[in-house]
Amino acid sequence: MSYTFQFRDVFAAWEFILQGVAMTLYLSAVTMVLGLAIGVACAAGRLYGPKPLRVLVGVYVESIRNTPLLVQLFIIFFGLPSLGVRFDATTAAVITLAVNLGAYATEIVRAGLEAVPKAQVEAGHSLGLSGLQVFRHIVLFPALRMMYPSLASQFILLMLATSITSQIAVEDLFHVASIIQSRTFRDFEVYTVIGVLYLLLALVFRGGFALLYQLVFARR
Amino acid sequence: MALLEIDKITKRFGTNTVLDDVSLTVDAGEIIAVIGRSGSGKSTMLRCINGLEPIQGGRITVDGMQVNDKATDLRKLRQQVGIVFQSYNLFPHLSVSRNITLAPTLIKGITEAEGREIAREVLQRVGLEEKLDAYPDQLSGGQQQRVAIARSLAMRPKLMLFDEITSALDPELTGEVLKVLEDMAKSGMTMILVTHEMGFARRFGSRLVFMHEGRIREEGPAAATLAEPRTQELETFLGAVLH
Amino acid sequence: MIREFGWVDVLYLVFAMRWTLALTATAFIGGGLIGLVIAVLRVSRVWPLQAIAVLYVQAIQGTPLLVLLFVFFFGLSIVGLPVLPWIAAALAFSIYAGAFLGEIWRGALDAIPKTQWEAGSALGLGFGEQLRHVIMPQAIRMAIPPTVGFLVQLIKNTSLAATIGFVELTREGQLTTASTFQPFAVYLTVAFLYFLTCFPLTQWSRHLERRSYGPA
Ligand SMILES: Nc1ncnc2c1ncn2[C@@H]1O[C@H](COP(=O)(O)OP(=O)(O)OP(=O)(O)O)[C@@H](O)[C@H]1O
Ligand SMILES: [Mg+2]
Repeated sequence: MSYTFQFRDVFAAWEFILQGVAMTLYLSAVTMVLGLAIGVACAAGRLYGPKPLRVLVGVYVESIRNTPLLVQLFIIFFGLPSLGVRFDATTAAVITLAVNLGAYATEIVRAGLEAVPKAQVEAGHSLGLSGLQVFRHIVLFPALRMMYPSLASQFILLMLATSITSQIAVEDLFHVASIIQSRTFRDFEVYTVIGVLYLLLALVFRGGFALLYQLVFARR
Repeated sequence: MALLEIDKITKRFGTNTVLDDVSLTVDAGEIIAVIGRSGSGKSTMLRCINGLEPIQGGRITVDGMQVNDKATDLRKLRQQVGIVFQSYNLFPHLSVSRNITLAPTLIKGITEAEGREIAREVLQRVGLEEKLDAYPDQLSGGQQQRVAIARSLAMRPKLMLFDEITSALDPELTGEVLKVLEDMAKSGMTMILVTHEMGFARRFGSRLVFMHEGRIREEGPAAATLAEPRTQELETFLGAVLH
Repeated sequence: MIREFGWVDVLYLVFAMRWTLALTATAFIGGGLIGLVIAVLRVSRVWPLQAIAVLYVQAIQGTPLLVLLFVFFFGLSIVGLPVLPWIAAALAFSIYAGAFLGEIWRGALDAIPKTQWEAGSALGLGFGEQLRHVIMPQAIRMAIPPTVGFLVQLIKNTSLAATIGFVELTREGQLTTASTFQPFAVYLTVAFLYFLTCFPLTQWSRHLERRSYGPA
């Protein structure tokens, strides 16, 4: 083993790395909000909507869940322009990630809504609550609590998956790594450092989600 | 020498002392009925006897083997001491026959065919010979509990521990399990039973042990002790369960 | 030379799928072995072993697969192995699958009631005998649906091996795009091929899941 590890050049590019982290956080945050919105809308459509809508949502969920994110990204970024629909890399990334997360979120939200016992809904109606009141006070809160852990892990998976957008040159943390690599030729070191950073981000996310859970759900 | 000797044992879960200075000697052929309020430590005592729970003080000796000793082979010990739980705990993925033969074939190295003979014999003792190839979920609660007893018997234990084995059963199924216990009692098996069946304890128990807050509060001949409790606690307890 | 995206290209894509499947199979076997060890360490009653398993799972599940791939790709030469994409991919995907399968299988082992272990103990069975004869057979039944579900994830994720130049389905798609300039048609075809592989597995996994809740 004659290889000497050298991290100095890598750490010298810290400003650069921070920019990458910022981009990764931005992508994660925006797509979490969008993806969750898609998920809630589609879950509602799938559960309460008319038949054609339910089928449509089903097709959406299955086609996303059974194809790779990378290929979805290529279709939207490289494929759509040939139909005249053109996005810059970051927009294409946000769209792809949100659409992708939305499909998983749909399933999670749907499962959560379905898990609220029917008897409780009936009890609510029998107390004279309106449909919306029952949904808000009886279905939504327990359902949210139930789906929270799955959503949180899906969000962390998504944060890690934002690295894939580097493949269409979005300047996220992973992309920064490849730039530093081309300057320093310290490839192994660069990717190790980047890996540790992602790991830290994942830990921060997990901690944040746990804290949020305590704040929102555990007190009641 | 006594078959079982419990000598001043202490058992704690964290800071919660569950058994405190408990001593009990059981000779071969005795039938000990253990009664007491929920949480008084009855199950814990049974679990300590066959080494499912470590103890923090004192000594337990079964047939000359010290339970709480690193040098003791727990596998050997458990061939001598069978235990049956309230919730049967049969292996749902195995047939009745395999439930019974699993331990003997693995531990005593007997063949599956020999094991099956043993299974047939012990099932006969609990009146379920025809269920040899059934699966646990095809049996009623009472039948499952009888299979669990048969499974323990197949190891040819010298001492049997029963932890409220009829408590999960419907009243009409309790009888068939008690019948099995009766037969075992008559055949001279040494048994310790935690039970709420006072009638059974009175008729078949050679001795009664009343546990209260982790201690043996009262102990004596079963029928006499039940008829004339000496402590206020036992009197109160009996008042509560008999009325 | 630019040409039309035609049936020949589709055929090439279909052929490239064998590398997708080969990588999936390799990772599934490698990851399965690792996962088995991880799951058993987790249910062992020895805390340093548990800690090792937890750390492994946390570290791998907290790192993007892309990073794993690149670390292994560039790490090969350091440990004196030939720098070949398929070696790096096989290693990275096995390590990755090991963490996820280990976690899935631990979940299945944990789902078996403690009283089953205890019943085994009480009969004098040792830890290994309890695991092998009492717990595993029940856990396997529970573990099959999520394992098949993960297999789908694995198939899809092997697409990332394209980024280190391993020519599987997605990489073949990139190459075809470069020579036909018809990315939309090509990538849709690629996606469709993935779908054809994954969808039946997804359905099967769902079917199995329903079955295990069925009348027992
Ligand atoms: N694994 C455990 N961890 C912590 N505490 C325990 C554990 N098992 C039992 N205990 C505690 O030990 C005490 C005695 O429990 P035990 O099960 O022996 O009572 P018991 O007399 O069998 O009661 P019951 O009639 O309800 O079965 C209880 O306070 C119980 O909470
Ligand atoms: Mg008890």
